[in-house]
Amino acid sequence: MSGSSNYDPKTGIEKWLDARLPIIRLGVDTLIFPSPRNLNYWWTFGAILAVMLVSQLITGIILAMHYVPHPEHAFDSIQHINRNVNFGWLLQPMHAIGASLMFLAVYIHMFRGMYYGSYKNPREMIWIVGMVIYLLMMAAGFMGYVLPWGQMSIWGAIVITNLFSAIPPEAAGQSVTQWLWGGFSVDGPTLNRFFSLHYLLPFLIVAMVALHIWALHIPSNNNPTGISIKTKADTLDFHPYYTIKDAFAIAVFFMIFAWFLFFMPDSLGHPDNLIPANPLSTPAHIVPEWYYLPFYAMLRAVPDKLMGVITMFAAIGILFVLPWLDTSKVRSMRYRPLAKLFFFVFVLTCLGLGWCGAKLPSDLVFATGVNEAGNAVGFTFVWFSRILTLYYFAFFIVILPILGLVEKPKPRPLSIEASVLGDTKGGA
Amino acid sequence: MNTSAKTNGAETNGAGDATPTRRDFIHIATGAATIVGVGFVAWPMIDQMNPSADTMSLATIEMDISNIEEGAQIIAKWRGKPVFVRHRTPAEITEANAVNLDELKDKQTDNERLVPGPDGQLKPQYLVTVGVCTHLGCVPLFDPNDDRGGEYKGWFCPCHGSHYDNSGRIRKGPAPTNLEIPPYWYVSDTVVEIGKEALT
Repeated sequence: MSGSSNYDPKTGIEKWLDARLPIIRLGVDTLIFPSPRNLNYWWTFGAILAVMLVSQLITGIILAMHYVPHPEHAFDSIQHINRNVNFGWLLQPMHAIGASLMFLAVYIHMFRGMYYGSYKNPREMIWIVGMVIYLLMMAAGFMGYVLPWGQMSIWGAIVITNLFSAIPPEAAGQSVTQWLWGGFSVDGPTLNRFFSLHYLLPFLIVAMVALHIWALHIPSNNNPTGISIKTKADTLDFHPYYTIKDAFAIAVFFMIFAWFLFFMPDSLGHPDNLIPANPLSTPAHIVPEWYYLPFYAMLRAVPDKLMGVITMFAAIGILFVLPWLDTSKVRSMRYRPLAKLFFFVFVLTCLGLGWCGAKLPSDLVFATGVNEAGNAVGFTFVWFSRILTLYYFAFFIVILPILGLVEKPKPRPLSIEASVLGDTKGGA
Repeated sequence: MNTSAKTNGAETNGAGDATPTRRDFIHIATGAATIVGVGFVAWPMIDQMNPSADTMSLATIEMDISNIEEGAQIIAKWRGKPVFVRHRTPAEITEANAVNLDELKDKQTDNERLVPGPDGQLKPQYLVTVGVCTHLGCVPLFDPNDDRGGEYKGWFCPCHGSHYDNSGRIRKGPAPTNLEIPPYWYVSDTVVEIGKEALT
């Protein structure tokens, strides 16, 4: 929080240290600061993500002790970790499944922010730093998936690095891919540098998380009502009230984590990635990890290569300017009946795009008949993804800016305290 | 310069006009040297990611194409990428030449995609292309025994649905250009060297 501090050093050692390196003060003020008293369980995903990030760092550093970033040995070294290294069968899936669950948590965290308007004034920088974290996570996740050097690893790397060949050759498009690969194709040098960068990115994420939390401590948390804190009666200390609530949520999340880990460790991976990488043979159906599927669907929805790539990056880029696209002064969609409706359609759109990304573009959503050759014809996934892509962008560019001007919000409670005590009339 | 030295570091030369002082010169020179210095240090750090000398040295292969059956193709590995050498049937060659160029996204005649043999004549029965889809780099499929080659009986890319004809020209789907023709030449009637143009 700005200005005041809750730390009062008592012992001589604490006073001595506080005058030289006020690190205990930093820790105390990070944990003991007034938070809105009405935070619900959607607010626990930040803490869940912090714990998952630490878990990824620890398991990742351990895996790097056994992994070999070489095209001849990478695939075998993952098998070696799973079969021979003590507890490798536990630590390797912890890292792989942990990545997937981290994306699950980050998507919930982002949808939470959108629903309750947590990106709005004065929290724009929290949102933007959060988007930087999300981008870094996407890069780390992609490079990490390449490291086992299976068929999906190498072909995922080929397809994604080729996105950069969409840059017109006059603008040095061809040499950009050679520069990324360190050769004429995705090969040993590519694997080696991806390993190096995959090790680097989590530390950049840690630095960005520090900024994210720092920015959060300026205005404090948003809350389900979206109303700012007015008096002390609106707040609870973060510790112990929310540390305990977060700890409970983390425990529940870990149960889901453990369920995947012990009962279905391979369910989130693709069977083709258990075939060693072969640069001469493309798998029949390349799909990215589930958390990239909506963007993959948008890439394929556009028939032009460069425009497809631009559309895909724009889908992420537009999130950065979301605080300025939403013109409504009311933060929480709890009091925005129309925005709430369009938001839930938006969530379904993202899920639908994920479904499209997992299918071949020519697959049918539903059949309407058969053609002369006897093949079923109907509504294809490429058209379905085009409609959904249109809604995805319309939500940001058309719906949110206009809604803020035309929508009549419902009455909001006078304060957070009033909302908790049941007075939602806004009169008292 | 004499005047400015006497003012002992003042912003102007004392006469009130904006003649640069020695201090201005030192500031600009230091700044410029820093920028050039950063550039000198940055370039090796950027350039190290480009293909290394040993990768560049593996840039050509020679292959015997005489035992490819008519109608079939072989796949060789060149610079880590597949290269298709397809032995086309006379019917396929006729079909490739019959295409109206206005229908093509990347306009090229079939002959423009071939190189002459040792006798100076084109060898239309052999088509040599890089087996990498120009969309996002997958390996397009072809099998003479089934319809995997797509709607134009050339190649079909399973990743995002690009169809190529038997001259490797893009006909349908998201790929922007025809399959690339690698630099190659006929060492003899039956041997091609890929990665190098003919010297003539």
